[in-house]
Amino acid sequence: MGQTLVQKILAKATGQNYVEIGDVVEPKVSLAMSHENAALVINQFKQIFDGLDNPLKVWDPSKIAIIFDHRIPAESRKTATNQKLVRQFVEEQGIEKFHDIRGDEGGICHQILPENGYVLPGGVVVGTDSHTTTHGALGTFAFGIGATEMASVWALGRVLNVEVPQTIKVIFKGKLPKGVYAKDLILNLIGKLTNQGANFKVLEFAGEVIEKMDTSGRLVISNMAVEAGATAGIIAPDAETSRYLREVANYQGEIDMVKPDDDASYHQIVEINVTDLEPQVAAPHHVDNVVKISEVEGLDIQQVVIGSCTNGRIDDLKEAYEIIKGKKVAKNTRMLVFPASYRVYNEALEKGYIAEFVKAGAVVMNPGCGPCLGIHQGALGDGERAFSTTNRNFKGRMGNPDAEVYLGSPAAAAATAIFGKITDPRKIME
Amino acid sequence: MKVIYKLGSDISTDHIYPGRYMATVLPTETPQYAFADMPDLNNLLNSGDKTQPRVIVADNNFGTGSSREQAVSTLVGHNLVIVARNFARIFFQNSINLGLKTVECPEIEAEVGDELEIGDDYLLNISTGKKYKIVPVPAARRAIVEAGGLIAYTRKLLIAEQSR
Repeated sequence: MGQTLVQKILAKATGQNYVEIGDVVEPKVSLAMSHENAALVINQFKQIFDGLDNPLKVWDPSKIAIIFDHRIPAESRKTATNQKLVRQFVEEQGIEKFHDIRGDEGGICHQILPENGYVLPGGVVVGTDSHTTTHGALGTFAFGIGATEMASVWALGRVLNVEVPQTIKVIFKGKLPKGVYAKDLILNLIGKLTNQGANFKVLEFAGEVIEKMDTSGRLVISNMAVEAGATAGIIAPDAETSRYLREVANYQGEIDMVKPDDDASYHQIVEINVTDLEPQVAAPHHVDNVVKISEVEGLDIQQVVIGSCTNGRIDDLKEAYEIIKGKKVAKNTRMLVFPASYRVYNEALEKGYIAEFVKAGAVVMNPGCGPCLGIHQGALGDGERAFSTTNRNFKGRMGNPDAEVYLGSPAAAAATAIFGKITDPRKIME
Repeated sequence: MKVIYKLGSDISTDHIYPGRYMATVLPTETPQYAFADMPDLNNLLNSGDKTQPRVIVADNNFGTGSSREQAVSTLVGHNLVIVARNFARIFFQNSINLGLKTVECPEIEAEVGDELEIGDDYLLNISTGKKYKIVPVPAARRAIVEAGGLIAYTRKLLIAEQSR
């Protein structure tokens, strides 16, 4: 029997030729990523070593990445002190892939990793963040873990007790229509699978639509795989992956072009023809509550958010820019833009997107997680409604359980900002 | 063990531990914010007797969402047992790692006030007299549970590797 992409990766990471679905393995980790919650990881890491003779040292400081993104610049004394503790630990342990709050190299972890070439096909990436699934877009097995599990990885360099998961293959066929983007594809899929349809399983994305899609779009799709409950959302590396790694991530080393076997065994195969797809929206309060945009068009929106680890890349900002250029944000609506990294921010500056957003009345914030999870900026008022390009619309997500969050593409968000009501972006594009 | 609260499906980590409290990380400090946006449940937990384990019963997909471990440590701090029809993956794994007792019981029927008896492979609702099967903890994860959580388990491995 052939192997899926994930079986092959886990076989390699455990020094075997073959692993069976359901086998329990302890794969070696290629990269271990944390953000501010490294403060908790450090606490747990120290507990592991408490009273032992073993020196308090991480297994490999070149394979640990720590990126500040959730609350930057710090919103409170507590956060600032945690960030200080993490900086000290980074210094003591010689952790190399550390991105502090800086305008030259800072940003959101799920953009910093790909754009710096930290993630390579064929590897095992773990992160203390559920959207670690993002990195599957580069052909790696990437999944979210908790802080204590990360502390264990820091100590041992491997993840304990991983069951080789089943895979659901998703084939996107047809041609992407105008006004429909990667975000619409993944929302449509989550609506079909439900928010636990892929729980404990891996989604593998394939088909002509994925083959023609840039890595920036693939990252959107893999990012939200977790919203169907998936452990990971993976795409087999191809010529586009190599192009991205060489040209964007400036990575010049070897690339493992790992492919699934033709006779690999899948739990399920889902085919979606995108040719007639309309823009999609996830309505409150679940990401699988997905409707066509026409079903919610016209609802008043008080806050539009464009950015995040899902849709804050240069292509996303371009998509929004093309809708909003020369227009104004509606009077009773706030539009907040969060580029995914300072590299993206600087590119958007050079291309004139930022100036156009500001001219339209948008507020451009520093790269970071911002309002997505309601912990820092852009909280909603009672009874308010947001339209956002982020990835979750759970009750209370944007800092207020008495508010609503609708999710959609950057183009739909920009069109919505212009009218202050949920708007089909194709109306502006005509 | 007494059922003290009943929840529906898709209780997310944002319900269990709202994002705005994420700067609080230490397991000793997280319990106060459990279900902070559901004041009745938050009050019930903070004012209740923690010396005996208490049960919250939920439907499907408990713990969906974020990897934030505070969502587990906050429940551990209240000495809770979570019985649900099923759990989301990262939350489930975090529960194993931190020693939160989670019981996957696909057919569970229970009301607030019911007394439950939880065995290795069954759950008995003493109040209704009905017995349900529970899904056993996967073998892969039992070693962590038996060691007393992932910190203790990792310590064991480190000691073994050191002495090799």
